Amino acid sequence: MTHLLYIVASYGLTIVVVGWLAVGSFLRTRRARERLAKIDPRGNR
Amino acid sequence: MGIVNIAPAPSTAGRSLHRFANPGRFLRLSGRILPYVAIIGLVVTLAGLYWGLALSPADWQQGDAVRIMYVHVPAAWLASFGYAMLAACSIASLVWRHPLADLAAAEIGPVGAAFTALCLATGSLWGKPMWGAWWVWDARMTSVLVLFFLYCGHVALVRAFDDQQRGYRAGAILALVGVVNLPIIKFSVNWWNTLHQPASITLSGAPSMAPAMLWPLLLCAVGGMFGFAAIVTARTRAAVMERRIRALTLAQIRGAEA
Repeated sequence: MTHLLYIVASYGLTIVVVGWLAVGSFLRTRRARERLAKIDPRGNR
Repeated sequence: MGIVNIAPAPSTAGRSLHRFANPGRFLRLSGRILPYVAIIGLVVTLAGLYWGLALSPADWQQGDAVRIMYVHVPAAWLASFGYAMLAACSIASLVWRHPLADLAAAEIGPVGAAFTALCLATGSLWGKPMWGAWWVWDARMTSVLVLFFLYCGHVALVRAFDDQQRGYRAGAILALVGVVNLPIIKFSVNWWNTLHQPASITLSGAPSMAPAMLWPLLLCAVGGMFGFAAIVTARTRAAVMERRIRALTLAQIRGAEA
């Protein structure tokens, strides 16, 4: 495969950025849900 | 004599938009849809990337470097698509005062900025082996860089005010002013002589790309679209819950002080 380094860097960067966004949003949602459940059990939807 | 109501009836668009302004309804509906959107996004993107990396042919001129297209082009489309969504939320915020539109716009900003940065970075990684340069100030790349700055400006502006509503209003105005950049990005390769190649896929004509490359590209783009929607929806859900936590905490503090 030609230009392997550039291809690996592109795909690696994409996985890191999209993974960071996805995991970050998942953790933020879970943290908010847990905090809301402590304050207002009806708000835990 | 009875009182005549001369207030204009809310528009159909406004009414249907406000049906989803209720945070509880939004949380219930998005909670049901989100897992499907995320799974579709993940599966379709992985299928597209596998097809693009392992099954599609190398380009006769560019060799295997063409495979960078399967991450670069969807990132570029999503950067523009995200900004169009940001502008739509800004209109909903300014015209209909839609409370969820403000939160959604604030959450689209960082995600759009990340995809624009990804587009610029993968473009550089594609440009270096093909053009011999990481960066050139041509119209397409410069206009995408301006898009990145617009996203960053929006992110900074909505968080710059103590009064959150003022931040949302200022961000919405910036987002609408910046919309002028979207057609510049799209047509920059036609209006100016650029190092960047013209569009291979247009709405008016047949794509100038082999189907063996076109299909994985479209799969990556559709999967990326679902992934983008899933990330923004999850962040907006978190923002709705965080706003509720703030309101309840403030109410508790005021109740304790009274």
